[in-house]
Amino acid sequence: MSGASRGVRRAVPPRMAGVSALTGTGGLVRLILRRDRILLPAWVLWIAVIPLGFVGATDSLYPEAADRLQYAHTTGTNPTFLALYGPMYGTDLGSIIAQRSGFVPVVIGLISALTVVRHTRTEEEAGRRELLGATVAGRGAGLAAALVVTMGANLAVAALLTAGLAAQGLPVAGSLAFGLQMAAGGCVFAAVAGVTAQLSEGAGAARGTAIAALGAAFAVRMAADVGGAGNSLSWLGWLSPLGWGNRLRAFGGERWWTLALVAALVAALVAAAGALSARRDVGAGVLPPGLGPADATARLSGPFGLAWRLQSRSLYGWLAGFAALGVVYGAVAGGVLDMVKDNPDLAEIFTRLGGQTAIVDAYFASVMGMVGLIASAYAVSTALRLRTEEAAQRAEPLLATATGRLRWASGHLLFTLLGPVAALTVAGLAAGVAHGLDTGDPGREVPRVLGAALAQLPAVWLVGAIALALFGLAPGLTGGAWAAVAGCALITLFGAALGLDQWALDLSPFTHIPKLPGRSFALAPVLWLLAIAAALSAAGLAGFRRRDLATR
Amino acid sequence: MTADTPPISVSGLVKSFGRTRALDGLDLTVRPGEVHGFLGPNGAGKSTAIRVLLGLLRADAGTARLLGGDPWRDATELHRRLAYVPGDVTLWPNLSGGEVIDLLGRMRGGLDRRRKADLLDRFELDPRKKGRAYSKGNRQKVGLVAALASDAELLLLDEPTSGLDPLMEEVFQECVREERRAGRTVLLSSHILSEVEALCDRVTIIRKGVAVESGTLDELRHLTRTSIRAELAAPPDGIPLPGAHDVRIDGSTITFEVDTPQLDTVLRVLTEIGVRSLVSRPPTLEELFLRHYKDELQEAAR
Repeated sequence: MSGASRGVRRAVPPRMAGVSALTGTGGLVRLILRRDRILLPAWVLWIAVIPLGFVGATDSLYPEAADRLQYAHTTGTNPTFLALYGPMYGTDLGSIIAQRSGFVPVVIGLISALTVVRHTRTEEEAGRRELLGATVAGRGAGLAAALVVTMGANLAVAALLTAGLAAQGLPVAGSLAFGLQMAAGGCVFAAVAGVTAQLSEGAGAARGTAIAALGAAFAVRMAADVGGAGNSLSWLGWLSPLGWGNRLRAFGGERWWTLALVAALVAALVAAAGALSARRDVGAGVLPPGLGPADATARLSGPFGLAWRLQSRSLYGWLAGFAALGVVYGAVAGGVLDMVKDNPDLAEIFTRLGGQTAIVDAYFASVMGMVGLIASAYAVSTALRLRTEEAAQRAEPLLATATGRLRWASGHLLFTLLGPVAALTVAGLAAGVAHGLDTGDPGREVPRVLGAALAQLPAVWLVGAIALALFGLAPGLTGGAWAAVAGCALITLFGAALGLDQWALDLSPFTHIPKLPGRSFALAPVLWLLAIAAALSAAGLAGFRRRDLATR
Repeated sequence: MTADTPPISVSGLVKSFGRTRALDGLDLTVRPGEVHGFLGPNGAGKSTAIRVLLGLLRADAGTARLLGGDPWRDATELHRRLAYVPGDVTLWPNLSGGEVIDLLGRMRGGLDRRRKADLLDRFELDPRKKGRAYSKGNRQKVGLVAALASDAELLLLDEPTSGLDPLMEEVFQECVREERRAGRTVLLSSHILSEVEALCDRVTIIRKGVAVESGTLDELRHLTRTSIRAELAAPPDGIPLPGAHDVRIDGSTITFEVDTPQLDTVLRVLTEIGVRSLVSRPPTLEELFLRHYKDELQEAAR
């Protein structure tokens, strides 16, 4: 090296030379790991454990090669399974696992996208990014750190899955391909979220756009695969990153080159996110923030108009979810008989879950219990909106107007009361129509399935009323309402399997819901549930009228 | 309520949060048509008192009357006749400022559209921005426009100008003067002394939940000391100065503070020696205020 070139190098001020867009990434990675020290390992393990658990369960349900072959020709080619999970590319145990795990990339994609937004746009929105931006951290460091951590977690999932599957005796190459397929879903949507986090000022919009991209990718993959492997629309799958995952064909003659597509897309998205983040101001979005109206419409003139404005969007989202859930549950109902035909063990599980011998009726009674549980989570979220508004000091200026406390509360509580009615109606109708089209007798199935859905209402309202009672009487303990939802879920989903005593099962209001459509409708328990819900609501409202408003 | 019933009349008000006594026997009277300054540092109990008056908190003891009614029992009815601006206006992220102003106005029972447009203009506030896009000062303006555009007879303003720049502070003061001319009553809680000095007819100073002073600024000044600096004809050694404090003598120049009621007596003593020049300064509100908080400051310094 000549003396002259050394001189040139020295001419760069040492402090400037050290600062690039990525300076400080390491420190921010440690900060994220510190903040997510429980959340991150929890979801990595959770995601890894699900497919690993499938191995033992599938192996005991389909122990012989002949069983697996039969599965591949019946359940494995059921259109619902094809749509939800994608095709099977082989007939061995690994192929069954790979298909059954076909939804996992969507889940891991969702978690990864949320994680990236949480550590980029949410931080900026809260103003914490600014605090760090004033220290020695490059402007790309926040984004880089979020992507490094999220993609690192995805690779950890891949490693766990590869090791876990191989340890249970599955082929190593297939196990590796499978692990990478799952991680690919997470990495792609982490990168997608890296881009959407640059676009808008609000974290909500960044999340929404990323989830919409995930939904679109899933819809395209569904359309491509619903006709089975090699159908005339199969080429559509190449348009969706989720489709590339399936087409890697873990355990079915791996096509490793599809991973290059994933890597190229991730690299392109990361580069785009980096370029966008370099071009915009901290806190601003690439897209200008939307302006609202200068005046309120006539609709927005009281507690009901405001509650509608604040809660209707989320209601639409939940209703879309309930409709999708209904379609899936309704469409799978026919497949339940197929699955059960293959397997007497499954038949026994379903009869036990539903407390019924007629398999499809038992199936609907059981899945509608599930739908009811989800509806109760929605009901709790609407009721606790009261608490959110109060704690954020947004209730105070409203209650300083000529609006009484009960009138203010009733705006939000209308959603707690009628939202679940709408949700269960939508789910019941969707499931009834889907199943009716399958059996060719929608006139019989729709009212039966809709009835089974609406029968859940008293239990849903009761759980919502617990939230309201806590809000009125013990506002610091409103988190208890979520514990109630979790408790009901535990009892409904695992109560029978855990062999809980009857008194413990009776703690969940869902235990007392008549098992429609198979059994007859019993009025007495329903009236009891309604009476308890009404009493809890009255106590909550009376408590709220009497107590101090939360202040800062 | 008759014309001279005080819009706000509070006596012996007590409110505890757990072990903390936020209000410890507060007395407060606001007369019709006046701008009443409610002074005290953070944590003195100003916001708690206003929230009791709004019926958001329930007092443990004492009486409070608001516009001739019971602030807790008659809250909804009374709120038609008042407007409130909190010290930290929080907005819904996805509602525009204009929507919030209209919403609050309608929920109170009406809003003067012309006045709203005029106030938006004077405060230079863009009503189309969404709640999350406003800065602290602009959020505060949303609350101010919503309250000032109403035709309420009583305004409860709880540190309403926090985050406003000096230009906007000026606009705010102008608006409050207009409110007074229109015959409205204003309770202005603040720790900005210049604001209170510029706007308020009467002042109540609150400390640890108790009112320690109340009256017009002149009355309060009378209760405290005036600073005197005089150059005399001869050195004033050994002369009696009743009610004088912190006396410092430098040759024939004397500097001291005197209890205002004793001012006359002391000046007579000085003129007997012969006065060459005299500077007399009434106490500032700041000095008044600091006198009541001196021990607290000392505690904090320790």
